[in-house]
Amino acid sequence: MRPLRAAPLLTLLVMLGPVAAGLLGTLAPALGLFPALGGTGPSPAPFAALAAWPGLPGAVGLSVTTGLAATVLSLVLVTLTVAGWQGTRVMAALERALSPLLSVPHAAAAFGLAFLIAPSGWIARGLSPWATGWERPPDLLIVQDPWGLAMVAGLVAKEVPFLLLMTLAALPQAQPARRLTIARSLGYGRVTGWLKAVFPSVYAQVRLPVYAVLAYSMTVVDVAIILGPATPPPLSVQVVRWMADPDLTLRLPAAAGAVLQLGLVLAALGLWRLGEIGAGRLGRAWAEGGARRHGDGVARALGLGLAALSAGAVIAGLAGLGLWSVAGLWPFPDALPAGMSLTGWARHAPGLAAPALDTVWIAGAATALALALALACLEAEHRFGLSPGARSLWLLYLPLLVPQVAFLPGLQTFALVAGVDAGMGAVILGHLVFVLPYVFLSLAAPWRAWDARHATVAAALGAGPGAVFWRVRLPMLLAPVLTAAAVGFAVSVGQYLPTLLIGGGRVQTLTTEAVALASGGDRRAIGVAALMQTGVVVAGFALALTVPRLAWANRRGMRAA
Amino acid sequence: MTGALRLEGLAISRLGVPLLALEAEVAPGTVLSVMGPSGSGKSTLLAAIMGTLAPGFALAGRVWLDGADITRLPPEARRVGILYQEELLFPHLSVGGNLAFGLPRTVRGRAARLARVAAALAEIGMAGFEGRDPATLSGGQKARVALMRMLLAEPRALLLDEPFSRLDAGLRAQVREMVFERARASGLPVLLVTHDPADAAAAGGAVVELG
Repeated sequence: MRPLRAAPLLTLLVMLGPVAAGLLGTLAPALGLFPALGGTGPSPAPFAALAAWPGLPGAVGLSVTTGLAATVLSLVLVTLTVAGWQGTRVMAALERALSPLLSVPHAAAAFGLAFLIAPSGWIARGLSPWATGWERPPDLLIVQDPWGLAMVAGLVAKEVPFLLLMTLAALPQAQPARRLTIARSLGYGRVTGWLKAVFPSVYAQVRLPVYAVLAYSMTVVDVAIILGPATPPPLSVQVVRWMADPDLTLRLPAAAGAVLQLGLVLAALGLWRLGEIGAGRLGRAWAEGGARRHGDGVARALGLGLAALSAGAVIAGLAGLGLWSVAGLWPFPDALPAGMSLTGWARHAPGLAAPALDTVWIAGAATALALALALACLEAEHRFGLSPGARSLWLLYLPLLVPQVAFLPGLQTFALVAGVDAGMGAVILGHLVFVLPYVFLSLAAPWRAWDARHATVAAALGAGPGAVFWRVRLPMLLAPVLTAAAVGFAVSVGQYLPTLLIGGGRVQTLTTEAVALASGGDRRAIGVAALMQTGVVVAGFALALTVPRLAWANRRGMRAA
Repeated sequence: MTGALRLEGLAISRLGVPLLALEAEVAPGTVLSVMGPSGSGKSTLLAAIMGTLAPGFALAGRVWLDGADITRLPPEARRVGILYQEELLFPHLSVGGNLAFGLPRTVRGRAARLARVAAALAEIGMAGFEGRDPATLSGGQKARVALMRMLLAEPRALLLDEPFSRLDAGLRAQVREMVFERARASGLPVLLVTHDPADAAAAGGAVVELG
């Protein structure tokens, strides 16, 4: 009984301990405290070194603009789509199309998009030479453009499925059907009525996920390396470059940059909060103004069109990756390769076998730990009647709000100072910080929604708390438990920075290998690596969907949920 | 045969606000009907007897069963059976699995347990239903399996939480008759919570009003 009671505390410690330690480990060298380099007292040198970097204004600007643009676009797109199509068959179809895309790792989606929009990509090939007259790839900087537009597009394509699912999950509490019916009976158009009557309640619930998207988009590293500009890169990428440099003195501007990045995220979150308040005021005035229609048809078409475009881009990108991985000769304006061959796979796959195994091992271990902790917390909640407040939700989101690049370098510095050889175990614990929130969030709702009278009936039949958990609750909730595991697995497989920084460059996963290929431009190698990365995740989800169906094949009551 | 279920000075409050107070004794083989509008604390009363009161509720007084004070026992040690409005058959187990779940560990050996389950099914006119998915049963069959599952666990008292209110009129009288008949035959004290006077009338015992 005692250990179970300690579960929530242990979970917080495992999740937030590394964040706190990492932030300290970043802050200290940023203030000049870095004994390994003789820095024993506070000094302004690290920030001075950072300020002396000529790329700083551009890097800061990119971080802020790409982050805000990706978040605003994703939110607007999702809101328009749901406002226009909620409760229709189109929405159901869209949900079915977008949910699997949530599992596509960011790096793979970014590579897919790059293969699509590059000057020699599929779109240019499809239009050449008949429409464009191009016989050779044009000399245009589309991918890695200096404004970060390609990067924003890549982020939007990946954040739209996430925000859409979060919105749909929050929707029932806002009683959308009834509110919309009332609004429409008062003469409001579908989109206008939804925005005025339903959206405010929904937004209040998706606020934390939106904040997480903002913090993530501002500080992402792998997508930025693949799609973002290189000179200067966004601030987070530069911090990682300095961290990876063999010249240890560069750790100082790196730490200062990480602290600056944290400050930028906090400032952007504050700005967003102000924007919320302003938008709320304007929205209330708009709602009370009584206008009934604002181009509902256009809004619906726009929402659906853009959502389909973002889904289509990811799907076509994956198809492009697949095709490149088996392409023989594929000269420029041809839309399809001249021949297919497995040479690419034969050449690149064997080298990726070891990273693939490590990927599965790290993701499997982190997921198993996360699942055990989440189940222990939820079971403690049930047995001891603990009621989690709003604050616990904030704590869960904390690792998703504090930028990875702000605290992971600190962890590496700690390991360096302590002389600890950061191996696989440390990487697994690092992944756990990010896997835990997703596993918990995914599992908590179905776990809490379970009809607890089953537990009372089982107890009346003589089953103790342990028997109720193992013989009734866990089997009945097998499907959501496995789904949560698949989500956690996918999150771990997609991690780039924790593997890179905590592993000290010595732990290789499919993601670190794939991102490392970005600068080389070998499309067959990238296709193979990105597909393997996606394949591992998809296999996890496929397993999570099939196992309960097989296990409960003859139980109709287990299929309803 | 077991002894009486006695509620001695039972008083439940929530965050300091008194909810209900009850003094009652239910003799073996008889039914006490507790009536009251929704919100009068009927379910809270059952939770107090089951031992599943949510935190925030405070319980004063004692629950006696068969001469023993069960007020502080965990739910699984009280041997108090309960039937809800829904049958709550475990959807992941077969019909036979649900019955076996209720069968005490004292029935040892796979063969003996299977035989006991088969006999129980025959007793409720459902011989051969062991492998069936509970979701495929009719309403009346589900009610019979839920009752039999409860009885197999050899409870010493039975709580009924509006167990008939979801059934249609024809089935209702039939299931009600079966439950009371079984409880009487097993000599169980029964506490019935309902808002339907017809249920209370059919129970034929004392009636108390809550709220």
